[in-house]
Amino acid sequence: MSRIVAPRSETTAHAAGAATPATDADATTDDTTSASSATADAVAKSGPAGGRLDAGLRVVPVKHWGRWVLSAIVAFVILQFLWSLATNPQWQWDVFAEYFFAPSVINGLWLTLGLTVVAGVAGFVLGAVLAVFRLSKSPLLGAAAWWYIWFFRSVPLVVQILVWYNLGYLYPTLGLGTPFTTDFWIVEFPTTTLISAFAAAAIGLSLHQAAYSAEIIRAGILSVDQGQLEAAGALGLPRSIRFFRITLPQAARAIVPNAFNEIIGLVKGTSVVFIVALPELFYTVQVIYNRNQRVIPLLLVAVVWYALITTVLSIAQYYVERRYARGSVRELPPTPVQRARRWGAEQWNRLGDAHTAAAPPPPAQPEPVVTAAAAASDQYRTGGAA
Amino acid sequence: MTSTTLTPSFDEQYVATRKVATVGRVEISDVTKSYGANTVLRDVSLTIEPGQVVALIGPSGSGKSTLLRAINHLETVDRGSITVDGRYIGYERKGDTLHELREAEILRRRTQVGLVFQNFNLFPHLTAIENIIEAPVAHKRLTRDDARALAEGLLARVGLADKADHYPRQLSGGQQQRVAIARALALSPKVLLFDEPTSALDPELVGEVLDVIRGLARDGTTLVIVTHEIGFAREVADRIVFLDHGEIVEQGTPGQVLRNARHRRTRDFLAKVL
Repeated sequence: MSRIVAPRSETTAHAAGAATPATDADATTDDTTSASSATADAVAKSGPAGGRLDAGLRVVPVKHWGRWVLSAIVAFVILQFLWSLATNPQWQWDVFAEYFFAPSVINGLWLTLGLTVVAGVAGFVLGAVLAVFRLSKSPLLGAAAWWYIWFFRSVPLVVQILVWYNLGYLYPTLGLGTPFTTDFWIVEFPTTTLISAFAAAAIGLSLHQAAYSAEIIRAGILSVDQGQLEAAGALGLPRSIRFFRITLPQAARAIVPNAFNEIIGLVKGTSVVFIVALPELFYTVQVIYNRNQRVIPLLLVAVVWYALITTVLSIAQYYVERRYARGSVRELPPTPVQRARRWGAEQWNRLGDAHTAAAPPPPAQPEPVVTAAAAASDQYRTGGAA
Repeated sequence: MTSTTLTPSFDEQYVATRKVATVGRVEISDVTKSYGANTVLRDVSLTIEPGQVVALIGPSGSGKSTLLRAINHLETVDRGSITVDGRYIGYERKGDTLHELREAEILRRRTQVGLVFQNFNLFPHLTAIENIIEAPVAHKRLTRDDARALAEGLLARVGLADKADHYPRQLSGGQQQRVAIARALALSPKVLLFDEPTSALDPELVGEVLDVIRGLARDGTTLVIVTHEIGFAREVADRIVFLDHGEIVEQGTPGQVLRNARHRRTRDFLAKVL
């Protein structure tokens, strides 16, 4: 073994150091065995970097100087910004702290979350119906969905909410009665009591959201392989099972990232409801800073709340996407939590090992089992060396 | 591999020991089908007796796959009729008129005819066993637990008892196709259709799928197989049907069609694939 290793490493060193590796390697191979000459040749040809890593040679990785310089610049910028955040008194962190949990801000936050949930759920349910309509074989349903989407993507959301809020001007009362008449003999309500500011905002946001969701869901459904529908058809699976068990779970892979984009957009998009004087998060901080002129710290209050919501939604998105990725890859990569846990366990084990290794064996009563194991491992090491 | 247990020691032996089937008679009469100006089937008539194994061969574009899908009513035909045990899959006959059935009824009748695809078309988001359970449960034939027991039995039969909880992408092509066959069998179809079941497989994986099909042939299920494996067709089929340009050019026992083809088109085709 050692007889072959020695000349090979010699040749490699030689070839690596030489200006013209080919001729030099040839010269060296003359006085080595034929078995090693072939290896030496290969090493010389492939060069020192792309060659073999055995025979105890040290490997020096490539140094990425550009990467290091850019990393240093980025780190500097980040630190500089953090430093200014901490030291510049104009940020007024005391004001931020005072208003972050203020009751009016928290109420505004709840309203923002409420509108997001209502518009998100209603928007996506209605969007799914519209998507199915658009894909339906009925020309009327398809066209109706197309026009709906056209209309609600055309009309500005603010205008739509205002129209809903002022619907009373167009239709003073709403109710049920004889079709094509205004004879509401079953029930009748004055429009202004039926549609509050919150209702106008919720309806407007939901209908607007439905138009966008419909296209996202339709894209997801179209992305499912035609063969899947054929297979479901060949098994005679009923329509509802085909849609909810076969198509939708596969479409979800394409739908989920876009859907979370929409929901996160909606969280901030709800701020347009200020137009009907609904005190959601952003409107609330505006009202406060118009009163006390502490603009920056109050904007920060809103920004940090939005960032927190986005963080929670982004984490949720990660796990939802993971759930729908089942079966799409051979093995799912570990989640950050799993990775952290695994890393923790490794460190713990290493600590345990170090501890056992460091502890001196009890001299008084040598355990026979330990001795046998030690002897065996000793033997192994000797065998390996020889 | 347990699938080898399905291989008979002699090809002739299993033909002799084949069980006699009583259901699964397919009658195709004067079927014509066009896509626009392109006629893919031209007055095709074919009767497949219960338990018979029929191999459809022919050049690509000859209409083999369309004919297969028409039996399942996945493709509708322009003229002619296809019945399974005297009943139409897509229609109900009342006197001289055919009434198109509601979708739910078509889906229910379609379960009499299983189809195995070239690309398997397993549901990738469901495990092997979930793929098999789906249809019997959806048709309310079995409870989920009973369907699971049935699926385990079927997986064992195709030699994949240990792969029940694997997702399709974790299986080889041959294993996926065997799961797909088990999935089709879960509805105990009278007729099982195979659309080039081994065309998407690596050569070394073809054998395991053919072993399973051989086993089915022995059990007396009516099988219609579109295939390019002429050797396999010779061994397993009772009858070989050669299609070209949407017409049945020639049919007969493997000996007749493969060794003593009467038509020139058949001989030309065989010369290319054999």
